Amino acid sequence: MSARDRILTKLRAAQPAQPNAMPDLDAHYTPRVRGESKAERLARFRTGIESFHAEVHISSEADWPALLARLCADKQVATMLYGADTPAGQRLDQATFPATTLRPWSGQVEELKADLFHRVDAGFTQTRGAIAETGTLMLWSSEAEPRTLSLVPPIHFALLDADTIQPTFFDVLRTENWAAGLPTNALLISGPSKTADIQQTLAYGAHGPKELVVIVINAEGDAQ
Amino acid sequence: MSNPVVSTHAGHQARSYPSRPEAVYFYGTCLVDMFVPEAGMDAITLLEREGIRVIFPDNQTCCGQPAFTSGFPEEARQVIASQLDLFPGDYPIVVPSGSCGGMIRWHWEKVIGDDAALQARAAAIAARTYEFAEFLLHVVGFSRKDEGPATTVTLHTSCSARREMGTHLVGRELLARLGNVTLAHHDHESECCGFGGTFSLKHPDISTAMVTDKVAALKATGASQLVTADCGCMLNITKRAAKEDLDAGRAKPSLPGEHLATFLLRRTGGKPAGDQQ
Amino acid sequence: MSHQPQQQSSGQPIAFVSAQALRARMHDAVNDPHLRQSFRGAMDFLMAKRAAQFPDQDELDSLRALSEGIRQYSLSKLPDLLEQLEANLTRNGVKVHWAETPDEANAIMLDIARRHSAKLIVKGKSMVSEEIEFNHAMEAAGVGALESDMGEYIVQLAGEKPSHIIMPAIHQTKQQIAKLFAEKIPGVDYTDNVDALIRIGRNVLRDKFESADIGLSGVNFAVAETGTLCLVENEGNGRMCTTVPKVHIAITGIEKIVEKLEHVAPLYSILTRSATGQAVSTYFNMISGPRKAGDKDGPEEVHLVLLDNGRSQAYADEQLRKTLQCIRCGACMNHCPVYTRIGGHAYGTTYPGPIGKIISPHLMGLEQTHLLATASSLCGACGEVCPVKIPIPELLIRLRGEANSAPHANPAMVGQGAAYDPKISFVWRMWARLYARPATYRAFSWLATRFRALTPRKQSGWTAARTPLQPASRRLRDMVKDRR
Ligand code: SF4
Repeated sequence: MSARDRILTKLRAAQPAQPNAMPDLDAHYTPRVRGESKAERLARFRTGIESFHAEVHISSEADWPALLARLCADKQVATMLYGADTPAGQRLDQATFPATTLRPWSGQVEELKADLFHRVDAGFTQTRGAIAETGTLMLWSSEAEPRTLSLVPPIHFALLDADTIQPTFFDVLRTENWAAGLPTNALLISGPSKTADIQQTLAYGAHGPKELVVIVINAEGDAQ
Repeated sequence: MSNPVVSTHAGHQARSYPSRPEAVYFYGTCLVDMFVPEAGMDAITLLEREGIRVIFPDNQTCCGQPAFTSGFPEEARQVIASQLDLFPGDYPIVVPSGSCGGMIRWHWEKVIGDDAALQARAAAIAARTYEFAEFLLHVVGFSRKDEGPATTVTLHTSCSARREMGTHLVGRELLARLGNVTLAHHDHESECCGFGGTFSLKHPDISTAMVTDKVAALKATGASQLVTADCGCMLNITKRAAKEDLDAGRAKPSLPGEHLATFLLRRTGGKPAGDQQ
Repeated sequence: MSHQPQQQSSGQPIAFVSAQALRARMHDAVNDPHLRQSFRGAMDFLMAKRAAQFPDQDELDSLRALSEGIRQYSLSKLPDLLEQLEANLTRNGVKVHWAETPDEANAIMLDIARRHSAKLIVKGKSMVSEEIEFNHAMEAAGVGALESDMGEYIVQLAGEKPSHIIMPAIHQTKQQIAKLFAEKIPGVDYTDNVDALIRIGRNVLRDKFESADIGLSGVNFAVAETGTLCLVENEGNGRMCTTVPKVHIAITGIEKIVEKLEHVAPLYSILTRSATGQAVSTYFNMISGPRKAGDKDGPEEVHLVLLDNGRSQAYADEQLRKTLQCIRCGACMNHCPVYTRIGGHAYGTTYPGPIGKIISPHLMGLEQTHLLATASSLCGACGEVCPVKIPIPELLIRLRGEANSAPHANPAMVGQGAAYDPKISFVWRMWARLYARPATYRAFSWLATRFRALTPRKQSGWTAARTPLQPASRRLRDMVKDRR
């Protein structure tokens, strides 16, 4: 018998004849639904992620590339990597960045690993949405926007559409039915990388990005 | 120093209380019987003063907790089995100790074994078992005039009273009902005093570290005395304080302590049994 | 920076520890004022942070009940879910391995390392890898295993073991870490500025992420219905280990499984809030397979090692099975008055604190762990905060009983009867005789009170720190008889 069979045999011998009843998640979540407006969700998301040291800028569909260009200049980003074959990437293809070289991701990571680790100052990604309750971004890896884009460069710029902010992670899993098909990597991000491993003192920029900058496209045009 | 607040919920459902009964059984516990009888006596006096008849079953010995928690369930079972006949009437059972009360209320039924009839009897007993302070507040509705001088005390609630019986709020409320008594909260109030029955004998180092911290925190309140509804903790804490006094050559106890029943009785015009001796 | 740390040893392997040695260790720890102070401070901090995450008691109660329900549901279907997980992971392109023992698990991983001629394995935080002494096994075979979680990195550099499952280096002060870095990392000067120390660690480890052949990680939740491995972390090293090297190996105990993807939502929430008092961790990383055609990065191979190592023994017993509900948040140790006073190393186990006391007997046998169950006042603080409502005190009592029981021919637990002492059993038998016979008890208590002057003044552990106990002159029952 293999280890697999031995383990399963032991477990089967002790397994209850009837499994427990399926846990009732709705009983917990339904009474706690907030029924908040889009603006309230955005505000809650913002408070949350800012408390985790992320920077949030509100912009519009028309203006965000210019804002990003300004932010890159302010932060002295010499090179920013982005995924080209996305709606946002196509906007960037057109945009002018006075202080920053925009570099679309091309090829396999092996070909640009050294640059990624040593020469790229920022990575730009879209986001699938966000979670108001915790101040969390959701990223699904794709061919255009690989996993390391939001991980290795010291600054991560993330573009978020305010319409895609959902109340809770549970709501996301339910309404978007993630269980029906996940990408290779689905990721929740709440702030820049951090650690409190030395004397419980919080320090940012542990291994991942030191800065997380969120640009929110808010159709209602609340430009704060 | 921070004083983290641990959840105030006892992991068990809040219970509903009966109306004031004509009589109660008093289950004194082995520790009170032999080591702190005056605390038990004062609890009985308080109840009787409220017009409640107190029945003291003479065959009571021990709730079985020492053996149970030490990992000798069979020995605990034998002792519990000997106690199941003590309460034939349908009166509440009052226990002047949170841990023994918790033992009866939450563990007797499980420890008694597979016999369904015995389990049912243990469960029936558990359902009408109350920790003394809980009973005094919720069933008796204790509210007597405080006749004592203004004083500040500090309260320690045993872990089982807090977590199995949920009665730390009860102790506070009873003290609050005394008009002239101020309660001084101590640092790390919800933390164990380090008694834990045989734990204090098996791991004296760790137990000593815990009780030493507890004594220091209690003393730091500047309260004139300690009040507690659990005699195990009381002995642990006051005897540790007494040892510190002894080692320091202090004649006057730096942390005198007494059972909540004794304190309540004295404050409300009664004569504690210990005072009469 | 591309300096090699001079030493990458990982503490002594956990060897057999006798009860006596364990006791001595605890004694030393409790008498170390420095250690006492730092653990007290750290635990107070973590307790306050957790409390701040649960302002609404009803929400906490409801979430705990739900989390307990999900874990118990998952365990009730454990073998089915393991097969489902395996099938879905395999479909996703992940290779699944099964190991009954630490040796088997290490052999599987060493085999993978050899196949890839790996020189360096960079590791994300994994307590299971500690449990199987992974670093030792790899180093013995000439493969480097480098911890990349900051706390784990510090602990490895110091040649120690983690003293906390969530905050491995909680026993070290920043001054100690500053000294350690200055000594062990070439070109680094002493600084006790925490940001600077983290920058040093970051620089050393970034090079390793770039060059490592294999990344190793633990798993927080494995989702059966989708074949997904979920990892919770703040630093990003977990993402590095699972994304950058060509091969990713995840290792987990067989119990860390849930059926539905939506089951991770409440568990994740209660995990981070209970553990470090964070509303959410920086990253929640859900991995469902290796790099696919078209993907531009990610490991080309992903392996999952499912480890039993005694868990099936706990599973076999309905009560002890509750041990496996654990989601390793560490709240029980943060709230434990014993852990606060002796720290994590004194336990001599991979998992210290209350969870260590209840899980270690299954991993290591009762021979060397039975004393742990007794080192508790049963105060219940652990059970009160446990997010999945494991009745830890109840399990400690059960383990005490298993250790005390007369040795069996066919023990249900390894090391059952390890604390069996005929003399002590005899004392308890006599105790039961006395207290189960009211007339005998009455006679005994009468004598004890009448002859109280004969009570010994020295009462073993009690009088080391307290004045002696002495029976009263009259029993309660005497007073009751004489009243009025
Ligand atoms: S036993 Fe409970 S409190 Fe302790 S680590 Fe596990 S889940 Fe957390």
